[in-house]
Formats: sequence, C-alpha cells, structure tokens
Amino acid sequence: MTKESTTAGVTPARVWRPFTVLTRLFGRPASAAGTSIVLIFLLMALIGPWIAPYGVNEQIPSETRQAPSPDHWFGTDHLGRDVFSRVLFGARDILLLAGLGTFLAVLAGTAIGLLSGYRGGTFDEALMRVFDSLLAIPALLLALLLLGVVGPARNALLIVIVFVYTPIVARVARSVVLSVKSKGFVQAARMRGESETWIIFREILPSAFPTLTVEGALRFSYAIFLIAALGFLGIGVQPPNPNWGLMVAEAREHVFQTPWALWMPALAISVLVIGVNLMADGLRRVLRVPGA
Amino acid sequence: MIPALSVEDLTVKYRNGPGPVTAVREVSLEIQPGEVHGLVGESGSGKTTLALAVMRHLPEQAVITSGSIRVDGQELIGLSPERLRPIWGSQIAMVPQDPLSALNPTLRIGKQLSERFEALSRSDARDKAIELLEMVQIADPARVARSYPHQISGGMQQRVMIAMALSAEPKLLILDEPTTGLDSTTEAVVLDLIRELMRARQTATLYVSHSLGVIAQFADRLTVLYASELVEHGSKMDLFENPLHPYTCGLLDSVPRLGENKREIQLRSIEGRIPSLEDLPSACVFAPRCPVVIDICQETRPALEGAGATRQVRCYRWEETRAGEIDPRQPPAPPPLERPTIAETALQIENLEVRYDQPRSLAEWLRRSPRQSVRAVDNVRLTIRKGETLGLVGESGSGKTSLAQAVVGLVDSAEGRVELFGAELPTQIKHRDRETLSRLQMVMQNPDEALNPYLTVGQSLSRPLALLRGIHSEEEVRRLLEGVRLPPEYADRYPAQLSAGEKQRVAIARAFAAMPGLVLLDEPVSSLDVSVQASILNLLNRLQTEHGTSLLLISHDISVVGYMSETVGVLYLGQLMELAPSENLFDPPYHPYTEALLSAIPLLDPKATQERVRLRGGIPSSLEPPSGCPFHTRCPRFIGDICIEQTPPWQEDKTGKRIFCHIPVSDLRREQGQVFAMRKRE
Repeated sequence: MTKESTTAGVTPARVWRPFTVLTRLFGRPASAAGTSIVLIFLLMALIGPWIAPYGVNEQIPSETRQAPSPDHWFGTDHLGRDVFSRVLFGARDILLLAGLGTFLAVLAGTAIGLLSGYRGGTFDEALMRVFDSLLAIPALLLALLLLGVVGPARNALLIVIVFVYTPIVARVARSVVLSVKSKGFVQAARMRGESETWIIFREILPSAFPTLTVEGALRFSYAIFLIAALGFLGIGVQPPNPNWGLMVAEAREHVFQTPWALWMPALAISVLVIGVNLMADGLRRVLRVPGA
Repeated sequence: MIPALSVEDLTVKYRNGPGPVTAVREVSLEIQPGEVHGLVGESGSGKTTLALAVMRHLPEQAVITSGSIRVDGQELIGLSPERLRPIWGSQIAMVPQDPLSALNPTLRIGKQLSERFEALSRSDARDKAIELLEMVQIADPARVARSYPHQISGGMQQRVMIAMALSAEPKLLILDEPTTGLDSTTEAVVLDLIRELMRARQTATLYVSHSLGVIAQFADRLTVLYASELVEHGSKMDLFENPLHPYTCGLLDSVPRLGENKREIQLRSIEGRIPSLEDLPSACVFAPRCPVVIDICQETRPALEGAGATRQVRCYRWEETRAGEIDPRQPPAPPPLERPTIAETALQIENLEVRYDQPRSLAEWLRRSPRQSVRAVDNVRLTIRKGETLGLVGESGSGKTSLAQAVVGLVDSAEGRVELFGAELPTQIKHRDRETLSRLQMVMQNPDEALNPYLTVGQSLSRPLALLRGIHSEEEVRRLLEGVRLPPEYADRYPAQLSAGEKQRVAIARAFAAMPGLVLLDEPVSSLDVSVQASILNLLNRLQTEHGTSLLLISHDISVVGYMSETVGVLYLGQLMELAPSENLFDPPYHPYTEALLSAIPLLDPKATQERVRLRGGIPSSLEPPSGCPFHTRCPRFIGDICIEQTPPWQEDKTGKRIFCHIPVSDLRREQGQVFAMRKRE
C-alpha cells in the first residue's frame, strides 16, 4: 500500500531527464559528494591545460624537489616539474581513455548480451562459456597479454579496456534479458508479431538501461584503475607522459626526497575512483523505475 | 470473563513518506476465549498492520500513536522488547501466510520444533516434537522431523507452523491468511485441521483473510476494514445475511458464488478504486464509491454506531438500510445479450501435448541416458465454438498455463493439432502470419508484468493497432480506452501510475485491439482485489458480447470459471478429467476429482451445506506421472488395479457431460449426492 503511493508520481520519462537525475543525485550526501568529485575532475580535464601554472614537461632546474608551497601547490619532482600541473594534465588523458574505453565496452557488451540472451540456444551457451573463461583471467594479466600482442601504443590501451570489459558488461546485459524475456509485455509483443529488433531494443533495452548505466559507471572506475596500474608498470604509456600511474612509478625512486610527487597523483587516482563509485551507488537509487 | 484480546481505539501511523500516514484508524475489537474472529479487508485496508500491531511486531517506521492492546488482561503497549519476548509464543502466536520464509531453511523440522522445549532433555524434547507433528495429523512424523523445510510440501509446512504456534498453548492465535498460498484441495485439508484444533482447544483466534468464503466457514464474529477504517463489525450471520454498510454489501456482491452463472446472475462491482492511504477522503472513506452517498458523508466522518447489542456500523444511513428504505447495493451489470448459438468452431485442439525436457548432467550426457521430460499437457482435446467461453480449472501444476502458451505458440515443444477457425495453426509463433496473429490474443496472468513500465499506456495500445490492423490514430487508442472504461487521459500515463485493476484493463484493451476471434485469459482476476474482480469479469462479458469473441478462460478458482463459462474443463496433471456444460457442472455425476474440488471450496454462505471429500497427499511429480488414471494415487473412489493399469475411457452422460473415469457414469450418479447446497441469491 505504501509502495504504490510513494512511487505514483515518478515516471520513466522523468527519471531519464538528465537534469532530474543530477538534482536527485544531489539529494543524498554520499552521492552528492561523489558526483561533485566526478564533476570537478571533468572540469579539470576540460580546462586543465589552460589553468595549469606551468607546462606539463616544463623543468625548472633551480626549483627541483620543492615541498608544496604557494608557488607549487603540490611541490615539484626531482626534475623540477610542477606536480600540480602534471596532475591537471594527466586528468584529461586518463578520463578520455577510461571514458571512451568504457563507453565502447558498454556498447559492445550490451549488443552482444541482449542478442545472445534473447536468442538463447547453443550459440548463447558457447559464447557465455568463452566469456567465463576470459573472466577467469585477472584483468591486469589479460591486459598485459594483449599489450604484448598489440604493442605499447596508446590506442592499444583503448583496445585492452574494451576487450577486458565487454564480456563483463555482456553478462550483466544478458542477465537482465533473461529476467525480462518471460514477462507478459515481451510475450504480448511476440503475439502481435513485432520484429526481433523491436523487441530487443524497444521492449527489453529500457529495462536494462538503469543496470547498464550503473555497471558502466563501475567499469569506468575500474578502467581508471587499470590504466593507472598499467602506467605504473611502465606498459601502455611511456615517459614523459603525465599518466598518474606512471608519475607514481617515477616518483617511487625518490620517495624519501619528494614524497609529495608520489602522494599527489596517487591521491588523485583514489579520490576519482571513490567519487565514481559513490556516484554509481547514487545512480543505482536514482534510476530505479517503479514497476520495472 | 476477561477477553483474550481487547483492542481499544488503536491508531497506527507510518512515518516513511513525507508526512505520517494513518494505516489503522481508531479501531476497537474484542475476542472472547474460544472465539474465532475474522478480520476482512482488501489490500491497503490495514488488516495486516492491525494483526502485526496486536503482536507488537510492527516494522520500524510504524508507530502506535494511541490506543490500548490487552491480551488476557495484560496491556502490551509500552512494554519493552525484553518484557514482550516471554509473551510471544506463550501468550500470542502467529501463523504467517508464507510458511517457507518463516521456517529456518538450515535446520531440520524436528530441531526447530524441539527448540521450543529448552527445559526438557534432548530426547524428551524430540518426543514432544513428534507429538506435535502427530497433533497436526502428519502421517509420518518421524520422517518429517528429519526433513528440511524445503523437502516437504506447502501444506505440510503450514501444518508445522500451526504445530509450532500451538506448542505453547497460547491465549491468542493470529492466523494471517494461512491458506492463501495453498492449492484448494490442500487448503481444505489444512482448514479442517485448524477448525478441529480450534474446537478442541478453545483458543481465541484472530483470522485475517481477504477471502470471504473462508471467513464465512470459520469465524464466529467478524470485522470489516476498509482503507484503515473499521466499517462494520458483528456476528457472522448478521453480516452475511443483512449487511448494513454499503462496502460490506459491495464485497458480498462482487464475488461469484459456487454454482452461479452469468446467465442467471449479474455481478455488482464496486466502481472506482481503493483510496491510497496518503490521500484518504476526509469524511467517510467509502463516500467516493458509495451508491447511496449524501452530502453529510463528504463533510464529516461518521461515528461507529451500535446497531444492536453486538453489532456496530460506521455509516450515516444504516437505519434506512435496515428498514429497507434505501438499497446500498451497487447497480448490477446489464445482463449479457442473448446471442444465437453459432455452430462454427473457433478453436479445436486435438491430442495436444507439451513436454519440457529436463537438462542432462555431463555424466548423463556421456552415458547417453535419455532425456527426462515433464509432460505438462497430455493428450488434450477441446473445442470452443464461436462466441462461447470455455473455462479450464486446475490446481498449480495442472498444465493450464502451458496449454494456453502452447495455443498462442509461445512454447517450442508442443505437439498435436490446433485449428483456429478451421485453419491449422503452426506450432510456433514465428511461423504464423499477421492474419493468424490478429485472430488470437492472450491476457497474461500478472498485470504488473503485462505492461512495459517504460512505455505509456497509449504507446502500448498503439502498437497492436499499427501492426495488426494498420491503424495509426490516437482516436482509436482513445476508443480502446473507452471500451475498457478508462478515461482518455490515461493514454499518457505510465503503468506505475495505475492500480492493478487498471493495468489489467489496459492489458485487456491491448488484447482486444487486434479484433481477435479468440482471446485466452490466464488467471485474469486472481491477483486482483475482490472488489475489482467483479468489474473485470463484467468487462470481459461485455466485450465478448460486443465483439462476438470466443474466450478460453483459465483459473484455479472454480467459482469464477463456472460463472463465466458455457463449458468447463477440469485439468489434473496435464490431462482433462471432465468436460461439462456449466449448467451441469455442479450436479452429479462428477468425476471424483471434480467432486473433491467442489467440496474443497469454502462457500460464501454460512448456512450452506457441503459434503466432505478430502484428498490424500499432494499432487504427484509430473516427472513421474502415475500410470493408468493419473488421479489414482489420490482418488477417494479408487476401485482397484484397473485404475493403475489402464487409461480410463471417456464416458458421456445424457446431459452432455464427459467424464474420464473407469467407474460407469450410472454408478457415479447413484453413489454421489449433491456436493454442496447453497441458497440462490436474487
């Protein structure tokens, strides 16, 4: 009884308005914090290069190994590069790579998962077993293997992310299809002779959308991590690129002289990942559509 | 005498929305020792909240804002959880609706029962547990005690719950829809048991139910709740014979009674919808749906007035009702138009069979052992004539849904011949053309899943119009909505904004959009509230007469099927047991299974008489269906080896009733009496 009345005013159309989603995300402290963090990092990625006080690889020989100060907010590293500027520059790189990679993985995974789940049968069974075996290999190991094949180009990172995350997204999309496919409205669509495309994309996909959005946000945070980890291992991107993982790796040798050069990019990684996770959790609540 | 339960002016509010919401408003009731008190109401009426409040077991957001609850003279309100704990179990016990979720899945039944006797030694406690199981008439108590909850049937689980509740000899027993989840033949056995135990132990009982039939058979007194408000209260006879509140009248009129048919009696549905608790009418809560509403009903809240020594009613006009000056009943639906019987066949099913193959394990696959399969529908033949309604009745697992799905082409593994208006239907839906699709539509069981939550009602309705009739007009969508009595602005609403009854109307409109010749209805009213059921049944009858549509109606409720249909088929384990014209369905000879079904239905008339035919055990697994006659394992008229070894013949009696049984119809007729007798209403 109370369930019906609390959901009565909310409609799918309203749930999907971006502005509504944003205001509702700010309705809870945790998801508001997460969303703010993500928005700040997005802003950094957009205008970072213009507001950065120093160039990305600008070395000031007289000011090496300086502790954080009003001149150098995050200090300088052993080569005299401004850490704050490098973190700013790095944001664009990592957000673009992780964002684009996740987006492509969600696109591919959704298409594969929806089709395979709806059609079922032997093909579906076989594909899922292949995906299962891919999922059994740790993501980092898989990425290393792939990079070994493709070579350490920057675009290779994109391919790696898509390849690693597509099976995971496909499984999630498929599980939604399986729960929706036997529902009355899908059967009704079959009984009036709708095409398979219509059924998959108009009847089933909307029900999968909230789950996929949340899954996408989670994948995004893992992708950031993966890129940073690969950078740290020195694969994927090469110096002097301001990849946060690479920056941590470079600063590691000088950790006793310039600890801030290690902390700051590491802090950026963790704050962003926490922010994305909090936002994903908020999205899960916000996108819940009554009756779906 | 101290009443076993006395509730005074109890008000319960929920605080989870923007403001507090009243779920129970100033309700009082009293139960004497040995009395069974029925609590009737639809969803949202507050009956479960009231039952939980009596247990002092309300969810966290619910607050008792005023009133008093005394069990055997002891005030429960204000007691701390520590003080309440000894009262639960020893003073008050509850049997919940879903026994499986109330039993601990990781402990054996015996262990769970013997845990209640901490004071006893382990072996004594075990003996006590077995004794309890014997008390609830479990045939093999030692085996059941060793089982885990999921290993025993639903009826058995519910008996264990009853044993548990009674183990401490409580002063007050609360039964919250204890048989709602059970099949009707199992329900009858469990109800018998409860009745016997109540009679023997004189335990005061609060029986919460939405089913008027169960209350009519069980309760001594009853209380009717509507939208948080106690509307009428009195002895069972008074309320069933002379209801004084318009809502009570409406409830009694809105269910078809066993043996009634649409040709003789028109259901009176309560129009409108149950108000949401956030938005209750300020004066009389029933005023918006009341047929005898006057100005004062919308201005001030009526008081609960005494209408006799033990009777109360909350209505301004009860005296006029009692004197017969006004008629508080809802207007009846217009009787269906007489149609000439057309001999043309709408649907003909020959030897239909549906199998579901069970998955094989890797070992079985390697050994090449044959696949096991469940035969959900077996050798079914049916004919539906044009404009006629054929009803199929069966318990869960009888294959009724599989049969419907096979006809519409949604199962892959159907075999047999199905003809629709003389043309053979391809088994699978993808091989059927537009023309065929438009002639055959179905209304699904669950209205909550029948509509896509992301499409508006208008979008849902326009698709079949566009695809099957080539019409792209908003006008036609509005006409469809009007056909199911929904206002045109509903076209822009989403399913979440509709009540369950309204969703079902939209689903029906969608099925009729294609102008089909045959519509399959899978349990169209079973998930709806009683007051809404009648309006859906009336709607279906009206649409049928308007369009001359044939209907195949599937339900577990033999009263509904008997009311709606011209012909009724009784399914058991995927096979037809009986096929009878509805006017003869309720008279002997019956198939022994039909006899048991008719005897299991709690009749809606406290003065009715009913034969007591009870079935042993549960429905056998359809993985290994019994040989010969599928019903022989439970048949009370079992006649010997012939039932086990040979498939029974179809026998026809002179009224056109066809029975699938070895016993000759003449013998059945001689041995069987009328299973039930109930006064007809006008």
